[in-house]
Amino acid sequence: MTQHQLAAHPQHPVLCVRGACKRFGSVVALDDVSIDVHRGEILALLGDNGAGKSTLIKCISGVHRLDAGDVVIDGAANVLRSPADARSAGIETVYQDLALFDNLTPAQNFFAGREIAGPKWLPRAMRLLNKRRMDEQTRSLIQSLNVSLPHLDAVVALMSGGQRQAIAVARSAVFARKVVILDEPTAALGLCESRKVLDLIGALRDRGNAIILITHNMDHVTELAGRAVVLRQGRRVGELVPTRANKQELVSMIVGA
Amino acid sequence: MRGTDDSLEREVAEPRAPTVAASENVAVAVGLKLLGAGAVLILIGLILVLSLLSPYFLSPRNLGNILAQTAVICVVAMGQHLVILTKGIDLSVGSNLALASVLGALSFHAGASALTVVAVMVAAGTTVGAVNGLFYVYGRLPHPFIITLATLSIAKGIALQLADGRAIPGMPPAIRSLGQEAFAGLPGSVFVVAGVAALMFVLTQSTVWGRWMYAVGGRADAAVRMGIPVSAVLVSAYVISGTCAGIGAVLLAGRTDAGSPLFGNLLELDTIAAVIIGGASFLGGRGHIGHALIGAIMIGVIRNALNLLNVGVFYQLIVIGVVIVAAVEADVLRNHLESRMRVLRAEAGP
Repeated sequence: MTQHQLAAHPQHPVLCVRGACKRFGSVVALDDVSIDVHRGEILALLGDNGAGKSTLIKCISGVHRLDAGDVVIDGAANVLRSPADARSAGIETVYQDLALFDNLTPAQNFFAGREIAGPKWLPRAMRLLNKRRMDEQTRSLIQSLNVSLPHLDAVVALMSGGQRQAIAVARSAVFARKVVILDEPTAALGLCESRKVLDLIGALRDRGNAIILITHNMDHVTELAGRAVVLRQGRRVGELVPTRANKQELVSMIVGA
Repeated sequence: MRGTDDSLEREVAEPRAPTVAASENVAVAVGLKLLGAGAVLILIGLILVLSLLSPYFLSPRNLGNILAQTAVICVVAMGQHLVILTKGIDLSVGSNLALASVLGALSFHAGASALTVVAVMVAAGTTVGAVNGLFYVYGRLPHPFIITLATLSIAKGIALQLADGRAIPGMPPAIRSLGQEAFAGLPGSVFVVAGVAALMFVLTQSTVWGRWMYAVGGRADAAVRMGIPVSAVLVSAYVISGTCAGIGAVLLAGRTDAGSPLFGNLLELDTIAAVIIGGASFLGGRGHIGHALIGAIMIGVIRNALNLLNVGVFYQLIVIGVVIVAAVEADVLRNHLESRMRVLRAEAGP
């Protein structure tokens, strides 16, 4: 799998993290961690609770800043000061808490913070919303990703857990140009709903995005991920091409046994 | 584990007569629709009953009276609505209005023109609003209750000090006629209310800023992660609430031909009540300008009716308090029905 993908994407990785270090007071959350991801690849980020996975992705998505180390996007080192910086650099994040607005519709959620509006000579905040175009794009995206949302004009508060998860993942698809990070996307879902979200993640990869997937579900890892990187206590302890055969090896790497 | 549980539940749920779920679904949907339109229905019912009880109620003169008396609450409630939309509260609007009217009266006596007096009042209101917003957001205060309670006291104190504790009579003729005279059969203040409402409607429903208001009110931490300038949006809500208090000062000063530190007493309660009675959610993120207007008019109608029916003025406070509780309970019920709806839809499957 990896060989195949490396052959398909011989160019340099779209996202590199080099020597990432992050401390919170006396706690070392990340200690010299490096990862890289290519376009069209799903990288699983594994580790026990407190291993540093969430800290690492928060640094990539602009929520935290690294104490030392670089985030290199398409070969250029970027300083990500805010989530908005990361988004404009082409990195989309699906947060574990989804970061959805319950009082808004799916279309309004998709375009929150990135509304299509004009005319251009007005200051951004005062521009008039182009609601029709945003609705159209939402509808065609939902169709192309094969998500079923029967009540597109209802607010998100009225939707089921799986639908909400699908909306959060689909939102990242609207704007993802390079990297999509997914933090435990199936943790709160039933079997059928998980299946749909996994298919959606596959669709995101097939659109040429690099995917970083955090999950505790080893079946999902072996099914989807081309590579798996394991963190333990803030350090990178190994990398594997996950298969059904080496699942046990992965688990022992995670727990350090 | 959870997955198996869910699918088991679904298997159990499906054989249960689907018509039961469907009819409950319809009932919940109808309930939600009714609650959404509740304030308008109650207002219409109230007007019908009152027109039967008092022949005077529907006379043009009385309706004009209601509108003129409600205009101040209407304008200030529209500003309050923005603040409540962001999960906040502005307690300072009444004192802010009083201070603005006093500054306006003083500037008039110092020889300022009508236009300047209006500008002074609106600018004074806006300034107090800006103080509220800036201290709340950048002073990292835990809740806007605190800073607006402080400016309630401070603005009142400054107004009393400047006016020596008394009303200052005298307003330019233009402001007076705006507050007292009728144009095309309607009180002048009605046109101000309509103008502010139209502007606020476009701002909140059609601009990017308006969408940000709803997003910030819905979930501020998510708004930060989506790159929305949350701090600026929050400050703007308080600034506009202050501007509305300043416009309210112009209307009230015109109607009474004076500026007074005693204006706007309990106006914060009236405006908060108007927004909540009208049907906006106190939990933030839900509601529109119409809610503020309907709630304000409802308060005006209740007061007017109790006057017409010779019910003592003290009862008005009791009635309005009861209506507030009813409105908030309706909001709670709406949230409950929505979560019921969510469960029903999840059971029905996508």
